[in-house]
Amino acid sequence: MSSIGIVLGFYALSGLTIGAGLLVFLSRNLLHSVIFVILAFIGMAGLFVTLSADFIAVSQILIYAGAISVLLVFAVMLTPYASRDNPNSLFAPAGILIGLGFAGLMGFVGMRVIWPQLTGSDLEAQSFTGTVRSIGSMLLGTYALPFELASVLLLAAFIGAIALVREDEA
Amino acid sequence: MNPLVIGIGHYLAVSGAVFGIGIAIALSKRNAIAVLMGIELMLNAVNLAFLTFSRFGSAFGSEPTAPLAGHVFVVFVLTVAAAEAAAALAMAVLVYRRRETVDLDRINLMRW
Repeated sequence: MSSIGIVLGFYALSGLTIGAGLLVFLSRNLLHSVIFVILAFIGMAGLFVTLSADFIAVSQILIYAGAISVLLVFAVMLTPYASRDNPNSLFAPAGILIGLGFAGLMGFVGMRVIWPQLTGSDLEAQSFTGTVRSIGSMLLGTYALPFELASVLLLAAFIGAIALVREDEA
Repeated sequence: MNPLVIGIGHYLAVSGAVFGIGIAIALSKRNAIAVLMGIELMLNAVNLAFLTFSRFGSAFGSEPTAPLAGHVFVVFVLTVAAAEAAAALAMAVLVYRRRETVDLDRINLMRW
């Protein structure tokens, strides 16, 4: 992956994602944090596109930048007397240290270890066209049971969320 | 590593950075909704690592490795993330209704 467009896109999108993530941490207003987390989700979807993951990128935008961000805004709006600023707790130094340590470790390992590196021409040699057809046949073939279990999980979470916030009549 | 040839290490570094930011947010924020945002960022970073290994490793070949198994895992992670967000936000609203706060330092009913 050395064409200039991919390189520029990778650096721009990773800068967008990491910068937005940092601003989620740093911003003093909770609603601004929600906006920045949506921006980080969109940057991540762009990174998925650079990895040739078309279906996942679209799902990311639909589910994260669409549904989950709406849920976050709802949750912020439904707690009107809670504090709107974004304070740190006593564990903040430990949390920042753990986060920095993990990021450094992951970056070090990722840069040092020799990984398999398929290039774009390898993908072309395998007559790669898109991922949707293959993902669909796997979801209804090899992974049919986890697929059905995921639908049961979604139903359980749905019913659970309704049951939790329902006002008791009587 | 050559910074002008994007490889698996660059993506893993970005994934680790986003995961680290997510850990820092989830551990150090006081508002429950902000903690949830950190957890979502961590799940996103894991998805990026899955897709990176799928693209550069087993990739899209038909034989002998499973094609796109990483993508299917990401679909399941997305499903679980959506379910988790719905349930957690319902709990946040419920706690707010009972205690007028979603401040995690003040939700100490189970403190020993």
